[in-house]
Amino acid sequence: MANVVLKDLRKSYGNVDVIKGVDLTINDGEFCVFVGPSGCGKSTLLRMIAGLEDITGGSLAIGDKVVNEVQPKDRGVAMVFQSYAIFPHMTVRENVEFGLTIAKATKAEKEAKVAEAARILQMEHLLDRRPSQLSGGQRQRVAIGRAIVRKPEVFLFDEPLSNLDASLRMDMRMEIGKLHKDLRATMIYVTHDQVEAMTLADKIVVLRDGIVQQIGAPMDLYHHPANLFVAGFIGSPSMNFLDVEVKGRDGDALVVSNGALDPVGVPSTLEATTGTRLKLGIRPQYLRPSTDTQAGKLHGTVTLTERLGSETVVNLRLTDDSALIAALGEDAIFDRGRNVSLSFDPTRAHLFFAE
Amino acid sequence: MAIVTPENRGLRLVVRYTVLTIIAVIFCFPLVFMIMSSFKPSQQLLTDTGSLRAFLPVGDLSFDNYIEAFARAPIGLFVFNSMFVTGTTVILTLLICSMTAFSFVYLKWRGRGLVLSIILATLIVPFETIVIPLLLLASKLPWLGLHGIEWGWLNSYRVQIIPFVADGLTIFLFVQYFKDLPGELIEAARVEGASWPQIYRRIVMPLSGPVMATAAILKFLAMYNSYLWPLMVVQKEQYRPVMVGLQYFFQLNIAWGEIMAYLSLITVPVLAFYLLLQRAFIASIASTGVKG
Ligand SMILES: Nc1ncnc2c1ncn2[C@@H]1O[C@H](COP(=O)(O)OP(=O)(O)OP(=O)(O)O)[C@@H](O)[C@H]1O
Ligand SMILES: [Mg+2]
Repeated sequence: MANVVLKDLRKSYGNVDVIKGVDLTINDGEFCVFVGPSGCGKSTLLRMIAGLEDITGGSLAIGDKVVNEVQPKDRGVAMVFQSYAIFPHMTVRENVEFGLTIAKATKAEKEAKVAEAARILQMEHLLDRRPSQLSGGQRQRVAIGRAIVRKPEVFLFDEPLSNLDASLRMDMRMEIGKLHKDLRATMIYVTHDQVEAMTLADKIVVLRDGIVQQIGAPMDLYHHPANLFVAGFIGSPSMNFLDVEVKGRDGDALVVSNGALDPVGVPSTLEATTGTRLKLGIRPQYLRPSTDTQAGKLHGTVTLTERLGSETVVNLRLTDDSALIAALGEDAIFDRGRNVSLSFDPTRAHLFFAE
Repeated sequence: MAIVTPENRGLRLVVRYTVLTIIAVIFCFPLVFMIMSSFKPSQQLLTDTGSLRAFLPVGDLSFDNYIEAFARAPIGLFVFNSMFVTGTTVILTLLICSMTAFSFVYLKWRGRGLVLSIILATLIVPFETIVIPLLLLASKLPWLGLHGIEWGWLNSYRVQIIPFVADGLTIFLFVQYFKDLPGELIEAARVEGASWPQIYRRIVMPLSGPVMATAAILKFLAMYNSYLWPLMVVQKEQYRPVMVGLQYFFQLNIAWGEIMAYLSLITVPVLAFYLLLQRAFIASIASTGVKG
């Protein structure tokens, strides 16, 4: 089995820098997810690990061996592509055993391994079909089957579920999670779906413009985002950001307020003097309607209410004219136009310097 | 704006098929004329050309022209020569040009863009402009034969084959086709452990049926119809191809009937080859621009 270590890894196309120095250690058996907005370099980074893109600078080691110049076939990796990339001229069986055929495995060995992969992925009945006779989900299974038969040390997934419909995506997500537990292999998974990231990952890497913003366990990132970008990227609906002004320091808390927010002390280590403008981040889930209008900290008017069943998402216009989203309990009912006050636990709020 | 209703759909089909049939018939006329004429004596053949009778099996029909054509020229030998030269060239061309295109599209070597544009530039150079230098070259090239090194390639099969086994058009066809193949298929094969030769043989070639058929037909026609080059480099009957063989019939008095018989005979291999590849050829045209 293998760990994957990236040291100051860089990639440029001509003079366009795409990956700008990534340091990352993925432990043996870990499930690591790359997330970030479109174009931030997730696929590029994954393809560099696969050996499909040249490395411009830095070093990449798989299983303690630097592989910068090693061909993809000799890196001990398997990859599942967004388009599945199953060979249209081969049957499912031929597709799944392709790597073994190339490696000159014996017939018996191939048969045994294909049978095992087919059992794990529940596709025994598909083995003699052609790819054109398969549904999207079945094609995805074939692609995963092709990856697992060789028992590679590192699995690479590039948005493997993005072409599937919502319910199938959930099924396959769980299957990939299960596969990881069964195989105990190192997996690196690219997605821009943060639900996939949160549910599957042992470790999430948030990328932006080719720079790592934060690396950590899912709940770490959720509760302790390192910066404004990560705070806004992780969590759904996204975190609210309010422009606030520092009024003073109270022990280890900074007292902040604005036109719609009564002064409140938020624990923070930021070095900010009175009068500094900061961003206050509050997750929609941590806002509570205040029974007593006076006790609330935030004041505004309801502009839209969406009842999702398990929760009710309320859009508000605050008295300083900024917008706010609150995810309230399932039975919360707020009519449009109603004035409300919301409270929150200051220890669950975050302060950031404005970017 | 035409409106399709159940009432006029049948009518539209009739119109469409009528037009297509007329076009098809027009394209068949020369062929029909050739075959019909091959059964007529020269005298009748010439008078018939003035009327529609030229396309009809009327008058004094016989196989005499065929018998005389066989007597006048070693047709079997010529057809064999042409088939051998053409077949070998087509196979070698498909192999060499697909490998060349593979290297241009998939292997990242320095200067490949420049080399490809030079190759494509050769498309606009007419063969006639290079034929004399090529002839001089061919007359001096060495060849390792059964009796040691020989000098000069004239009067051989190789001189008709080797200069044509790589050409810009075929390379261009393959390059375009390979560029349209999904790149992730190649990448998947690479990650699965396939080497470049294995990718060529197991992934790219099996998916290249349509372009192979197109390239094969174009090359077949060009080679089978070649006249100028074999006329210049082959003096011995032993290596002579069909088109050059036509000159046997342009003696003092031109035997039109025999010429038609000869042409009918040498057209048979072309039709056979075309029918063989027709399905793949049509599939390739139909698939252009439509990615499945
Ligand atoms: N061959 C190339 N030449 C130049 N720039 C490229 C090339 N390939 C990718 N890029 C650029 O690199 C950046 C990162 O691309 P990449 O495909 O890694 O993004 P991504 O994070 O996977 O996005 P998405 O979520 O849309 O798949 C993009 O800005 C893209 O324009
Ligand atoms: Mg991508």
